[in-house]
Amino acid sequence: MAICAPLLDLSPDRVDLTAILAPPGELTLLGNDDLGRPVLDRLLAGARTSLLVGFGVVAVSASLGTLIGALSGFVGGWLDLLIVRVLDLFMAFPGILLAIALAGVMGPGIENVIVALTVVGWVGYARLARAQVLTLVHRDHVAAARALGCSGGAILLRHLIPLTIAPLMVEATFAVSGVVVAEASLSFLGLGVQPPDASWGNMVRDGVSYLLVAPHLVVAPGLAILCVVLSVNLLGDALRDRLDVRSRRS
Amino acid sequence: MTEPLLQVEGLITELGETARPLRVVDGLDLTIRSGETFALLGESGCGKSMAALSLMRLLPPGGRILSGRVRLGGTDLLHLTEAEMRSVRGGRMAMIFQEPQTSLNPVLSVGVQIAEALHVHGEGSDGRNRRRVVELLRAVGIPDPEQRADEYPHQLSGGMKQRVMIAMALAGDPGLLIADEPTTALDVTIQAQVLSLLGDLRRETGMAVLLITHDLGVVAETADRLAVMYAGQIVETATVSEFFAGPAHPYGRMLMESLPSAEKRRGRLATIPGRVPPLDRVFSGCRFADRCASVMPLCRERIPEWIGLGAGRGVRCHLWSEGEASHPGPARNAAEPESGASERPSGSVGEIGSPLLKAVDLKVHFPIQRGLFRRVVGHVRAVDGVSLDLSLGRTLALVGESGCGKTTVGKAILQLIAPTSGQVLYLGRNLAGLGHRAMRPYRKDLQIVFQDPYASMNPRMLVGDVVGEGLQALGIEWTRAVRERRVADLLELVGMDPESARRYPHEFSGGQRQRICIARALAVEPRIIVCDEPTSALDVSVQAQILNLLKDLQSRLGLAYLFITHNISVVSYLAHEVAVMYLGRVVERGGVEEILTDPRHPYTRALLSAVPVVDPEKRRVVIRLEGDMPSPSNPPRGCHFHPRCPEATSRCSEGYPPEVRLGASRYVSCLHLD
Repeated sequence: MAICAPLLDLSPDRVDLTAILAPPGELTLLGNDDLGRPVLDRLLAGARTSLLVGFGVVAVSASLGTLIGALSGFVGGWLDLLIVRVLDLFMAFPGILLAIALAGVMGPGIENVIVALTVVGWVGYARLARAQVLTLVHRDHVAAARALGCSGGAILLRHLIPLTIAPLMVEATFAVSGVVVAEASLSFLGLGVQPPDASWGNMVRDGVSYLLVAPHLVVAPGLAILCVVLSVNLLGDALRDRLDVRSRRS
Repeated sequence: MTEPLLQVEGLITELGETARPLRVVDGLDLTIRSGETFALLGESGCGKSMAALSLMRLLPPGGRILSGRVRLGGTDLLHLTEAEMRSVRGGRMAMIFQEPQTSLNPVLSVGVQIAEALHVHGEGSDGRNRRRVVELLRAVGIPDPEQRADEYPHQLSGGMKQRVMIAMALAGDPGLLIADEPTTALDVTIQAQVLSLLGDLRRETGMAVLLITHDLGVVAETADRLAVMYAGQIVETATVSEFFAGPAHPYGRMLMESLPSAEKRRGRLATIPGRVPPLDRVFSGCRFADRCASVMPLCRERIPEWIGLGAGRGVRCHLWSEGEASHPGPARNAAEPESGASERPSGSVGEIGSPLLKAVDLKVHFPIQRGLFRRVVGHVRAVDGVSLDLSLGRTLALVGESGCGKTTVGKAILQLIAPTSGQVLYLGRNLAGLGHRAMRPYRKDLQIVFQDPYASMNPRMLVGDVVGEGLQALGIEWTRAVRERRVADLLELVGMDPESARRYPHEFSGGQRQRICIARALAVEPRIIVCDEPTSALDVSVQAQILNLLKDLQSRLGLAYLFITHNISVVSYLAHEVAVMYLGRVVERGGVEEILTDPRHPYTRALLSAVPVVDPEKRRVVIRLEGDMPSPSNPPRGCHFHPRCPEATSRCSEGYPPEVRLGASRYVSCLHLD
């Protein structure tokens, strides 16, 4: 639905002052917002931004974090010490604050939101991947690979990272929802998606002030976020089961 | 004849869902008299632990007892309420487990844990309990029981912990002690201590011991009577002397024949093909029929009845049924035809016995770091000056107890752990200190097989990729098609179906996985394979398959093995030379015959005497070593062994004894060699 949004004849930005705060079903399927814009249209248009930011940030930060963390755990020594200190530094800083500062410096826009949230997001994956690799690196199969003459990179990519995927996958699926909400926060502060462009986050934020008179403004995007989170989690579960050769074949 | 203490009749236990249950114990009949040691013998998956847990009514969730009677003294345990059963457990019937580490609570002192057992069984005041705790600890042979009672489990060694478990079991003054693999996790010298302790306690208190084990040697040395269990059923009961004189059931016979020993060196070991059948099916014939060497058509058609052979002996086998009774105990030798051992590899690789690899004064020290700045406060001297020689087509066995550094030697030779000092000379070139890149050309010639075959394979890779990995990594074979053909050949070589290349490691049994690991090591055509306890995680019959395979490969390919093990019978079967390690150093090395028949170092003597032997004529007087191996971070001054050595004199603590040459290749580090 989000993908074919541009193909549908949507008018998310059409202001209709006669339809301000119209409840669902009266004029449009999901009602209209405080400026009389149709909620359904905005919801579909906003899905594009929200999902782009959500999946984009998670994909980039998860792969970056995994690589850095795994490398740190595998190589050890001073590199590990350095990376762990950097991780501690990021962890000590409230993430959303850092993202706000970064987005503020770089200026508003979807790309900058993605960059800002990625900078904050990779730390968790790096920690998890490092911890996983540390438990795996002393397994005999790594020693066997080394005895067979595999290079360090091959061991990392073939023998370590594939075995760390399962917990990272769980972490990533949970993070998608977090990022959608974080994007909403940035948008609310005027640092993310700029009005009049729609995103689920700014729709919720805008709707909060009319919560009592027109609850559909919050409920519709809220339910959308809920559905995405739920389906991404189910997807993550299924993906983990599928990736695990043990449960697939036995 | 003494009154039976425990009588079990027709016990049936199931596990798992009711729709597809696993019948883990199927019609168990047992009689144990007070004061005797009764052994329940069988391979893993035979249901012997489940039988014991059923007696205690301690089955895991999903387990249930369907029918049967368990009479202890005069009471039927299966009809007791849970509350009544609790007073029986630990009271009239106690149990000790394989892993003393996980059976003790790490945050309570051992004294408190024993006192708890006393308290539960209604002993009196705290003061009296304390006295009784000390008494019990003294009874199980723990030195300084007053102080030890206040220590925590992590302060005690494995053998000590098992003693504490026994003390806890004794707290309720049990009539029957169930010991589930009590010594499997322990070293041989410690095993000898624990077994003799169990024997002494049995004599003093008159309790009966139900010993559950897979180790024929342990049974032969400690038990009075035994039952052999196979696939949930008892297939044979006999007295120990009758059984070891000639087992009635083919399974028992094949188990005996698959034990490695010095006499079987010339030939191959008998193996039991296949594995224990899954227990979720209904059997229409003998459960052992598919693996039996003496199988008859009748075996597959009719379930064999229990046949009494008089005086407590019985067997479940058609060979003994009436039609066959005229020639019972078929002398059919299940051993495979003798071959292979006399074969010699082609001379192209060089002369058998020509030197290949030499380790000179190899040392591996691990720093102990403390504090904020990771100050080095000491070293664990895992390997402290080991010298070894490996020759073409020969096997050097590196023997020692856990913690003596034998695995570290293996890894240091392959440069998987960087040696602190010393040399590893492979064909004259020093490998020690070579970096990852510089080492690569030699990787092809030096390979390793690990103890746990599952942990040593990437569970996400197909078997074909596992085996072919070396070919790819060392750039021997880049094209996929050729590599796949090579992998198929290799799998065939180790006795596996080439089709298995398209499956994952977890789909195979332990023995098959170890074959895959051997195939992987062979893929790069190595000349030396370090075998790090390759059979100690396997059952006896599977161990025989792997040992046969290793021996065949050696004679066909002229491989040299560094065989790291604690199992002396494997050494006597496979090795040409032996090096005995104690606390990071080799105390004695030489030819296998000289060392096993005429050990000169007191430690070698104690180690060999502690090994349980099946043949009563070959049994030696066990030299009991007191205490445990000291920590390698703080070895004793002088000879490392002198605090435990029965022959130590004051001279032994003055300095480490130099290596004395006794023969062409015989070296011993001891001051008392007269």
